[in-house]
Amino acid sequence: MSESLLYFFQQVINGLTVGSTYALIAIGYTMVYGIIGMINFAHGEIYMIGTYVTFIVVTALASMGIEFLPVVLVTALAISMLVAGSYGYAIERVAYRPVRGSKRLIALISAIGMSIFLQNYMRLAQGPRDLAMPGLISGGWDLSGEGPLALSLSYMQAIIFIATLVSMGALTWFISRSRTGRACRACAQDQGMTSLLGINTNKVIAITFVIGAMLAAVAGFLLGLYYGVVNPMIGFIAGLKAFTAAVLGGIGSIPGAMLGGLILGVTENMTAAYFSTEYKDVVAFTLLCLILLFKPSGILGKPEVEKI
Amino acid sequence: MANIKSAFFSALLTLFLGVSVMGLQLESAGIKLGVQVADSHTFWYLGLAALLVFGVQLFRDKLPRLRSDPEKRFEWPEVFKGEQRQRMWMALVIILMLMFPFVSSRGWIDIATLVLIYVMLGLGLNIVVGLAGLLDLGYVGFYAVGAYSYALLHQYLGFSFWEALPLAGGMAALFGFLLGFPVLRLRGDYLAIVTLGFGEIIRLMLNNLTELTGGPNGIGGIPKPTFFGLELSRRVDEGWGTLHEFFGFSYSPVHKVIYLYLLAFLLVLLTLYVIRRFIRMPIGRSWEALREDDIACRSLGLSPTWVKLSAFTLGASFAGFAGSFFAARQGFISPNSFAFIESAIILAIVVLGGMGSQLGVILAAIAMILLPELAREFNEYRMLLFGLMMVVMMVWRPQGLLPMKRPQRRLDTTRLASASTGEASNVK
Amino acid sequence: MSNNLLVVRDLSMRFGGLLAVDQMALTVDERQIVSLIGPNGAGKTTVFNCISGFYRPTSGEVIFQGKAMHRLPDYKIARHGMVRTFQNIRLFREMTVLENLLIAQHMQAERNLLKGMFNTSGYRKKEDELADRAAYWLERVGLLEHANRESAYLSYGQQRRLEIARCMVTQPRLLMLDEPAAGLNPRETAELDELIVELKDQQGVAVLLIEHDMKLVMGISDQIVVVNQGAHLASGTPDEIRNNPDVIKAYLGEE
Repeated sequence: MSESLLYFFQQVINGLTVGSTYALIAIGYTMVYGIIGMINFAHGEIYMIGTYVTFIVVTALASMGIEFLPVVLVTALAISMLVAGSYGYAIERVAYRPVRGSKRLIALISAIGMSIFLQNYMRLAQGPRDLAMPGLISGGWDLSGEGPLALSLSYMQAIIFIATLVSMGALTWFISRSRTGRACRACAQDQGMTSLLGINTNKVIAITFVIGAMLAAVAGFLLGLYYGVVNPMIGFIAGLKAFTAAVLGGIGSIPGAMLGGLILGVTENMTAAYFSTEYKDVVAFTLLCLILLFKPSGILGKPEVEKI
Repeated sequence: MANIKSAFFSALLTLFLGVSVMGLQLESAGIKLGVQVADSHTFWYLGLAALLVFGVQLFRDKLPRLRSDPEKRFEWPEVFKGEQRQRMWMALVIILMLMFPFVSSRGWIDIATLVLIYVMLGLGLNIVVGLAGLLDLGYVGFYAVGAYSYALLHQYLGFSFWEALPLAGGMAALFGFLLGFPVLRLRGDYLAIVTLGFGEIIRLMLNNLTELTGGPNGIGGIPKPTFFGLELSRRVDEGWGTLHEFFGFSYSPVHKVIYLYLLAFLLVLLTLYVIRRFIRMPIGRSWEALREDDIACRSLGLSPTWVKLSAFTLGASFAGFAGSFFAARQGFISPNSFAFIESAIILAIVVLGGMGSQLGVILAAIAMILLPELAREFNEYRMLLFGLMMVVMMVWRPQGLLPMKRPQRRLDTTRLASASTGEASNVK
Repeated sequence: MSNNLLVVRDLSMRFGGLLAVDQMALTVDERQIVSLIGPNGAGKTTVFNCISGFYRPTSGEVIFQGKAMHRLPDYKIARHGMVRTFQNIRLFREMTVLENLLIAQHMQAERNLLKGMFNTSGYRKKEDELADRAAYWLERVGLLEHANRESAYLSYGQQRRLEIARCMVTQPRLLMLDEPAAGLNPRETAELDELIVELKDQQGVAVLLIEHDMKLVMGISDQIVVVNQGAHLASGTPDEIRNNPDVIKAYLGEE
């Protein structure tokens, strides 16, 4: 393969890596939107919390002398999912449930307030600065070519792909097969009817938030290890991008969120590789505007019917 | 019994949430990352918080209902009622405001000027959020456009403040128009997130277009406004000369501060007047109508896109004016002045004051800018509390602290009489 | 057929797998009262939503005064002079009765911002005209004394009449009423009956009506169109409809 082609494929791999974590975060947006029709602005912050908890656990284990990689990874992932899930649950109880029946603007402001609160809460808890952690997993496979332009897949990237696939598989199984998953789908279709059938819709909504938060924590864990840097602001941009991914794929649709995440990840990486890194973040936003302009229902979404 | 269980659970959850994030503190140690147990204060506070949650949850039913009646509106006390009296009070306030800088210190005038800038921003955003019901999370983007418009017009074309002011407002309005056009056709949530993105993008662009904007270094040497062409500095090389020479009094640097304050006050008065008129005009009526029921609006032939766009564009233009004044006052601007936090502060002002309430926004701006200035140690917690306040306000008092009854257009009784005696049949 | 005001042809509306409206057709002539009746869930309101542009029909044509409407957005259709009310009343509840009518007259209002800003005499004159027209219509529907009340505090029947007045101040050619008699007592229904006939005779508007109150429908309609399961079942004068076996079957079921 020619060098430029190798470079191109490398960018695709890198893009898919980041994109799959966007997809994980995007699922949280899409599920909450599907079920209560609102954007959970604080979702990006959950991702940020997940990353911090991962850093804390990994560093704490290292200081206790535990460095056996599988143990470290599993413990960090499990704890950050637990913490993020608890935050997701608490946020829903405190900021969203009391305003659920109100006008949309009120719920939106409450959500954005929660997002600002969490950002600054983390600033106070762990300091405003970047914290860097040395990589745990290095090395990878050379797929083709040699030298600096070789096409390679790092072990970390492979882990990201596998973890994303496993999470998505588990989610799909849960939604389509489990009792609670069925209740979730019913709730998304018609909340009033679902509660008439004796299903506790409050519980279903809470579960939706917890699942979304846990997936965001998985993304936080993966990206945290991949980039090795965290600060209280990372949730802001990641949230914006994951939301773009959700809209791109069609908000409310879970396969859409996956697809949207991957497309966005690749597009962004291509921009960085072929134009300029500075405008990487601008791309996501431009893409968002273009979708909203030409196909607001996204790739896999259904257009909404207004009730009159 | 059920309460004890849920109270216990809530307290435990609080403790868990707190400890998991605050219990261990990360710190950089060279290239490695270290971790240490947080100091005992943190745990005491967490315990206290858990106890508080426990108490509140336990006595949940006994506590007074927190959510207040959203229909209730603020009523003026008797002394302020009536048009005549209100005009008198207003005149008094204006006179006091005009006298303030001459009896105050330089530091206080500076803070007051800052408050006035936020009043202007709050009033402008209130058009968009309070009147039209559109959540704009990137208002600071328009503020930045205004500030950079003046700075760049000065740097490249030598425009003065007064020449640049209308253009800065116009540029911000143009950006609002271009951004709003694709997005305003869609649901409100999208607008919120797109404006959030827009605010960030503007900042990124200003940072990255180094050749034009100076990037992160910003633009300096932006001149202060002149007084009808006279400058308020010690000496000038060209132009009309300085104010103190022209009128023959001795130069003092405080004059410049006072002048800026008075200018800001004038701009706020203008803003107030313009918005007061808007509310009573067809355009303002349609904003509020759209906020209440967009389907009804469409059934009457109102184009929702244009109504929203007009609110969005006009709201943005006020941010543009405020921005160019800000650039003139600071003399130096950089992308750092226009971070998302600023949007959040302005939104918090509108939310606290009461959406749609002019007086509420003014008082909220005073409170929210003055308090952190007075209590510096509080500064660190400022944004945390602003975020918390937004949630609490929405849950507890979504109409804001000072919700005003909107001014209603009334049919006067003389017309009532003439219409009912049949004269009205020829007005059709 | 030069005096066809509204012609609807082959109108269909599909929501996913559900064909809510199936090849509907109807015509309304100038100064005619046409009623759309049918069992609950027959798709009458969906037909209304398609005609007034709130839904984009899957197929079919809506021709109003010789112009195609079916591709226009809802608010533009309203501007052509086809204005509707809603089954579950949509007033601007926090605004006064008068303000509800002022908003409706936005096309006649002075929209020059500068004139409004400086409160010029021309602007004030225009605003007074709007208020006069509002007062005229409030008197017609018997709400003049309530002009300065917030519309949320009106009784149900008054709200219905206000919604009609709000349509009328826009000076429409066709008034579309979606169940205007729902929730009214017999006296209010009789007043409504009178009002609709007056609007036709004195203002020269045509009326397209969805209504379940058969007494009202049979009394005032020039034409009746029966919808069943989204499709056109029958149309004709009240007498023809009363004696149509298909219609009787649709309403009472087989046997």
